[in-house]
Amino acid sequence: MSEKTYLTTDFTLRSWFLTTDHKRIAILYFASLIFFFFIGGAAAAAIRIELATPQADLVSSDVYNRLFTMHGIIMVWFFLIPSIPNTLGNFIVPLMIGARDLAFPRLNLMSWYIFMLGGCTTLFAIFAGGVDTGWTFYTPFSTLYSNSYVIVAAAGVFIAGFSSILTGLNFIVTIHRLRAPGLTWYRLPLFLWSLYATSVILVLATPVLAITLLLMATERFFGVGIFDPRIGGDPLLFQHLFWFYSHPAVYIMILPGMGVINELISCFSRKEVFGYKFVAWCSLAIAAVGFLVWGHHMFVSGQSLIASLVFSFMSFIVAVPSAIKVFNWTATLHKGSIHFDAPMLYALAFIGLFTIGGLTGLFLACLAFDVHATDTYFVVAHFHYIMVGGMVTAYFGGLHYWWPKITGRLYSEYWARTAAILIFFGFNLTFFPQFILGAEGMPRRYHVYPPVFQVWNVLSSGGAAILAVAYLMPLFYLGYSAFFGKRAPANPWNAPGLEWQTSSPPPEFNFETQPVVTREPYQYNERFDAEPQNA
Amino acid sequence: MTDWRPPLPLIGAWLGLLALLALTVTLAYVPLGAGNAVVALTIGTIKAGLVAAIFMELWHRRGLTLVFAGAGLFWLGILLWLGSMDFMTRT
Repeated sequence: MSEKTYLTTDFTLRSWFLTTDHKRIAILYFASLIFFFFIGGAAAAAIRIELATPQADLVSSDVYNRLFTMHGIIMVWFFLIPSIPNTLGNFIVPLMIGARDLAFPRLNLMSWYIFMLGGCTTLFAIFAGGVDTGWTFYTPFSTLYSNSYVIVAAAGVFIAGFSSILTGLNFIVTIHRLRAPGLTWYRLPLFLWSLYATSVILVLATPVLAITLLLMATERFFGVGIFDPRIGGDPLLFQHLFWFYSHPAVYIMILPGMGVINELISCFSRKEVFGYKFVAWCSLAIAAVGFLVWGHHMFVSGQSLIASLVFSFMSFIVAVPSAIKVFNWTATLHKGSIHFDAPMLYALAFIGLFTIGGLTGLFLACLAFDVHATDTYFVVAHFHYIMVGGMVTAYFGGLHYWWPKITGRLYSEYWARTAAILIFFGFNLTFFPQFILGAEGMPRRYHVYPPVFQVWNVLSSGGAAILAVAYLMPLFYLGYSAFFGKRAPANPWNAPGLEWQTSSPPPEFNFETQPVVTREPYQYNERFDAEPQNA
Repeated sequence: MTDWRPPLPLIGAWLGLLALLALTVTLAYVPLGAGNAVVALTIGTIKAGLVAAIFMELWHRRGLTLVFAGAGLFWLGILLWLGSMDFMTRT
């Protein structure tokens, strides 16, 4: 590395913790998210160990409540939501649009500090004694009955929300204002369309979560009647407000994953994405329609039948743009020159797992079936197929794809492929049995269960053990490659995106000269038709 | 700092907000029945409009900024519309 890169401009701690370089801030987020992922993962491991036997062997019911709450809160707000936007997005967005940085570099750094403040506040709540409300903080349990650290945990989530808003704002302005000459909207990589749609949701939905948590705290502290019917409140109002944010939050989590998959499928099929404009507009359609479906979380809550029917119908509608994406990805694969490099294995896994998660979501959108499946393991399996099988798989795929750009090093393809296959196998063994458990009526959030359910639970716990090992593997081989891996060329995948036109790792301000875009995206058939070079 | 202006509009808007607050509190003690909620919401809307126009400087903006501000309002409408649909149709 003869020339200075963003990694070698300065080695002091100060240069990292006061940096305004989007690439370094992405690395700060990356390190933080690894930490939170393992905290949330440790809670999941404890849950699965407990559930290996029908009786309570490891933890009491109260501790179990705190474990699944900790798992949910940490994984949703401190891993899934920030994962792709704040690490890969932060790193890649300016490079993809040919800019020197995001529009508001200082705001970007501030968002990381706010995120860490929120994370530390939540961790304090967890280690001081924990929270037992579940990640949804449902009232009246959270406002009246719970004797755990509800307000502190909610304050952590409240604070982290501001970080989300700032990131969303930064991406929207950056994509509008800092595109390279010639980079029109229809020349944008689809990853940017999906991040743009995600940012719109972040900016519009997150304030509602903040207000909801504030109202909850107001009722708990001051006894103001907001959700408690005895003092003039409405018990379902909390759920309406909470899910108005939290269902779009599902799309905050999955849309960036879909964006990553576009890049991977196209690159490793050596083809442009089939139906580019449809895929681009479907991201915005998902963002918009995703705001109209929240009531499907409340079918058995006492919500009116008419409202339930409308929300059920809208839930079927929102599946259409998601399905269009899946069909377009498979059409992209058709007659492509497919390479089974590690990122592609993750992309293919994503398509299968997301499809299962999406289809079972349609089951749950049916009023009659939902009454049977509510609060069972069927729901747990469904959303883990979307969140983990979809989002986390896409995150790993994107991480491997852009790893040579981020670190300037190549990883071991052998170990990367092994980990990808193990993750796919371990994931299915963990969560597919949970569909069966749910269909047979095993409720979630209990630490004991009838012995008849043990076989499926043992399979699930065995799968979780495989999954845990598989998730640890990249930590070692990617970590090794970051220091000792072969040097990466600027464009190891022979991909046409702007981010591949600068050196790996990039210099501090990304490009030596301002790039100019003259072509549509994903033109693999022209001068970029060579094979990937990383194998 | 070339386009800095005396903050008269800000002071005016602030005084306006205080006056509306006083009006809200006063009218809360006047028995208007269902009219109390209507009056309170109307005053609240005027206050939000003042904040948006003056403090958020939307009065001077056009184009994309107004689109995003309008989107916020539109999404609030969705929350109220679909949320109230449940409350209005419960049996």
